[in-house]
Amino acid sequence: MTEAVEVTRVVDQAHRECWSTVLASVVWLTRDLDLAEDCTQDAFVRALRTWPDGIPDNPGGWLTTVARRLALDRLRRETNLRRKLPLLVEEPGEAEQPTDPLRLVFTCCHPALARDSQVALTLRLICGLTTREVAAVLLIGEATAAARITRAKKKIAAAGIPYRIPADHELPARMDVVLTVVHLVYTAGYVAAGVELTRTDLTGRAIELARLLVRLMPGEPEPQALLGLLLMTEARGGARVSADGELVLLADQDRSRWDGKLLAEGVSRATAALQRGYGRFALQAAVAGLHVTAPSWEKTDWQQVVRMYDAMMVSWPTPIVALNRAAAHSLVPGADVESVLAELDALAQEPALATYAYLPATRADILTRLNRPTEAAKAYEQAIHLTANETERRFLTTRLNALTPPHTE
Amino acid sequence: MAQYMFLLFDSEDWYDNLTRDEWNQAMKLHGEFAAAVEKAGAKILGGEALERSSTASTVKNREGAEPLVTDGPFIETREALGGFYLIEARDLDQALELAKACPSGNIEVRPVMPTSEDAAPPA
Repeated sequence: MTEAVEVTRVVDQAHRECWSTVLASVVWLTRDLDLAEDCTQDAFVRALRTWPDGIPDNPGGWLTTVARRLALDRLRRETNLRRKLPLLVEEPGEAEQPTDPLRLVFTCCHPALARDSQVALTLRLICGLTTREVAAVLLIGEATAAARITRAKKKIAAAGIPYRIPADHELPARMDVVLTVVHLVYTAGYVAAGVELTRTDLTGRAIELARLLVRLMPGEPEPQALLGLLLMTEARGGARVSADGELVLLADQDRSRWDGKLLAEGVSRATAALQRGYGRFALQAAVAGLHVTAPSWEKTDWQQVVRMYDAMMVSWPTPIVALNRAAAHSLVPGADVESVLAELDALAQEPALATYAYLPATRADILTRLNRPTEAAKAYEQAIHLTANETERRFLTTRLNALTPPHTE
Repeated sequence: MAQYMFLLFDSEDWYDNLTRDEWNQAMKLHGEFAAAVEKAGAKILGGEALERSSTASTVKNREGAEPLVTDGPFIETREALGGFYLIEARDLDQALELAKACPSGNIEVRPVMPTSEDAAPPA
C-alpha cells in the first residue's frame, strides 16, 4: 500500500499535468465534450481509489486508458438511446490521435464564443479547474460560471464549432484570441483571488500553452513574444514575496533572486519576436525586457518604457495601457508628475477601470511621492477595498500605515 | 454537413433611391456569392430577398385573448432583416467564411435545429 498522502500528491500532480491531454484524447475518441469531461473526471476518481495499491509508472497513460474505456462503455450502453446533442465536427480523414490539448484550446477560444465564455471554458477544460474554482478565479458567482460554461458547450455542439487546429492560412487570425486567453489565464494565476498571491498551477499551465503555440507556429512572432513575456514575469516570481510572505514590488526586489535561466530564455524570445514586428505582445515583452535588463529600478530606461506604451496606444488604446503609460511616465526623471496625476483622474472616469485596484494604487504612490499624505491615504483605502488578494491587501495596508501623518491645523 | 440560416440585415434607405445599375450590381454580387458557395463545396438550399420592413405585419398570439395583429416588424431595428439564405456547410468555420463573402452589411449566422425523431429529447 502507498501512503494516502503520497497518492493524493501524485493524483494532484497528474491532474495538473495531464488533465487536458487525457480530456483531449477522450474528446477525440467520442467527439462529445460533456461525455469526455465526465469520463475524465471519473478516471481521476478511480485513480484516487486504486492507486493506493500501487501507483502506475505512467500516470498519464493510465488515466487516458481508463477514461477512454469508460467513455467507450458509456457509448456502447447509449447506442440504443437517442443522442440529444449533435457531435463535434472534425476534420475529415484525420487519423492521428492528439497528444496535446491544442485542438481543445482552439475550440475553447473560437471567435464565435464570447470572451467571458472563452476564458471560463479554457479554465475548466484546459486547466481542469472545477466550476467553483473558475468562479473564484474570475470573481464571479458559481452559478454564473456554470451558466457560462454550459452555454458555451451548448453553442460549440449546436453551431458546429469544429474540433480542429485551424489551417495554416487561418492561424494568424485565430491566434490573437488564443494568445489573449492564455495571457488572461496567466494573469488570473499571477495575482490570484484569495489568500495565496499566485496560483502556480495556472501560471505554469499558461506557460506550457504558450510553448505549444510557439511549436505550432515557429514562424510567428507573437506566440514567441507572449512566451518571452510570461517567462520574464515568471522569473521574478521568487523575489516577489519576502521571507515572511509579504509582497515585494518590482522597485524593491532583490534582483539577484530572479531566476537567471528563465530570464535569459524570456529575453532571447522577446528579442527574437521584436526583430520581426511590433505586435501587442512584442511591445509588452519589450517593456518587461527593459525592466529585467535594467541594473536597478532607478536606472530603468523609463523614457523607453513610455515609448513602448506610446506604440501600444496607437494600435490598442485601452484604458489599462493608458494607466501603465502614465505610471511609467511619472518615473521619467524630471517628469511633470502633476500632469500625470491629472491623467489618472481622467482615467478614473473610464468604466473599464472602475473596479481596477491598480488605478488608485498608482495614484496613491504618486501622491505619496508628492508629499500629499491625506489624499494618498484616501487612494490607498480605495485600492485596499478593490483588491481581491489578501497579500496585496496587506501590502497596501502597510503602505497606508507608513504615510507620514499630515500636520494637524 | 450542417445547415445554417444566414439572416441579412441592412439599411433600407438604400432601396428608396435604387437605380437600375445598382440593382444589376446587387444581383451580380449575389450571383458571385452563389458561385463562391458552390466552389467551397457547400450548398445554397434556399434564399429570398424580403420586401421592406414597413410592409411587415406581426401577429401576436395571446393567451386568453384574441390574436393581435399589428403593423410593422416584430423587432424594430435601424438595420432591418432584408433577406435570407439557407446554407449547407461543413461546420461553423466554413459557414462564417461564406458569410464573409455574402453581399450584406450584417449577417447573423444561425445553426438550423435538427427536428428529426433522433433529435427529440428522451421520453
